[in-house]
Amino acid sequence: MKPVPFNYLCAYSLEEALQHLSRSEDAKVIAGGQSLMPMLNFRIVQPSLLIDIGKLVELDFIKEEGDQIVIGSLTRHSTVANSELVKKNLPVIHEALKHVAHLAIRNRGTIGGSLSHADPAAEYPMLSLLLDATMYCESVDQKRIIPADEFFAGSLSTVLAEDEILTQIRFSKTKANTGWAFEEFAQRDGDFALAAVGVLVDKDSKGHISNLQIGMMGVGETALRLNSIEAELNGQAYSEELLETAMSNLSSLLLPNTDLHASAEYRRHLAGQLFKKTFKNAWNMASIEK
Amino acid sequence: MSEIEKVSLWVIVNGVVHDDLIDPRLLLSDYLRINLGLTGTHVGCEHGVCGACTILVDGASARSCLMLAVQANGLEINTVESLGSPDNLNPLQRAFNEHHGLQCGFCTPGMLMTSTEMLQKYPLKTDEEIRELLSGNLCRCTGYQGIVDAVRDCARKRDAGVISIRDISPRREKSL
Repeated sequence: MKPVPFNYLCAYSLEEALQHLSRSEDAKVIAGGQSLMPMLNFRIVQPSLLIDIGKLVELDFIKEEGDQIVIGSLTRHSTVANSELVKKNLPVIHEALKHVAHLAIRNRGTIGGSLSHADPAAEYPMLSLLLDATMYCESVDQKRIIPADEFFAGSLSTVLAEDEILTQIRFSKTKANTGWAFEEFAQRDGDFALAAVGVLVDKDSKGHISNLQIGMMGVGETALRLNSIEAELNGQAYSEELLETAMSNLSSLLLPNTDLHASAEYRRHLAGQLFKKTFKNAWNMASIEK
Repeated sequence: MSEIEKVSLWVIVNGVVHDDLIDPRLLLSDYLRINLGLTGTHVGCEHGVCGACTILVDGASARSCLMLAVQANGLEINTVESLGSPDNLNPLQRAFNEHHGLQCGFCTPGMLMTSTEMLQKYPLKTDEEIRELLSGNLCRCTGYQGIVDAVRDCARKRDAGVISIRDISPRREKSL
């Protein structure tokens, strides 16, 4: 339960961190370390060099830019959870963060770390898909912008190159009249979710479902955005029957695992029930006259 | 593999400055226990699940098995040794004693450090809030009820002005 020996460099600027990264064969970047440290302790990862970006204050910020909220990749979970800017403009993130890990882990863990680690049962990857976030990534040679739906390559895997660092994440503000809901089920507060669902929905001028966005996690190789169900429901009038049909169509799209915590069948059932609950709650919120 | 270079570490632990040269892979939990002899910080799972090794880093709780010692460079650490002493328990430790908030004591240092941050920063108006904030610390003896009782008791005494934040906050060995 001790890491293998490695060398260590602490970067005091992003540029310095990128330079170190470009010069090393198998370096790992450490920020909050709340996913990487267990992997080091278990020797699942054995880097020859660890580059610490934990002191890069330039990546620790939450700001408003027009209709977007921009979050620096080194921003800790506890900072996001306590941000009034996030609570007002990205209420579904504020709600979901109540489920992210435990107090001590929230104090250290970062949004960029969670996204780069890409655990299919972690909240941020799902939230980034749900909210159509864009990831700003940098290497010594280039900067690129990757939409969330192209960022995740599989379980614990992203399209980030070896020499790239995720620097900021941009989210469009959720409009005040949009209905939203987030529900998660875990065996213990703060544990990884067995399943979780997030929904955003508008009610259009005809009283129909519009701009529906559905995100799910814990039920596949990566977090999911359910585009086909969204297309099926958009433009329709809300009814219980419609919801039941969507639930049965949904279950065939999910590919959960069986493990010691829950069977695949149970997870699929759970995801369906959570979808029903979140959709109803989001729709009720969208239906309130403002 | 290339030669591993030691790294320098300057850290304040319980009010005392330490200036060391260490291996990069040294965990903060091991640095505290082995290098500094502060064995109050317990090591349970070493992968961030049990919470026994919880300490305060610049006043915020953190798992010392999920930090490298070198990551604490320039920071201030507090361990359970900076609360009361065996002869002079602080009000939180006394409450754990009075409410049977421990049996074997293995989880207790982590429980105390997490509870310290909770009492410093959170309203703790409901048991649900207390339980959620304590959920990162496992206890296999008490069933948690005594621990929740102890934290609630301290929170109410804090709210009533019977104990102050100073009474439950870490002490420094010397003022700097």
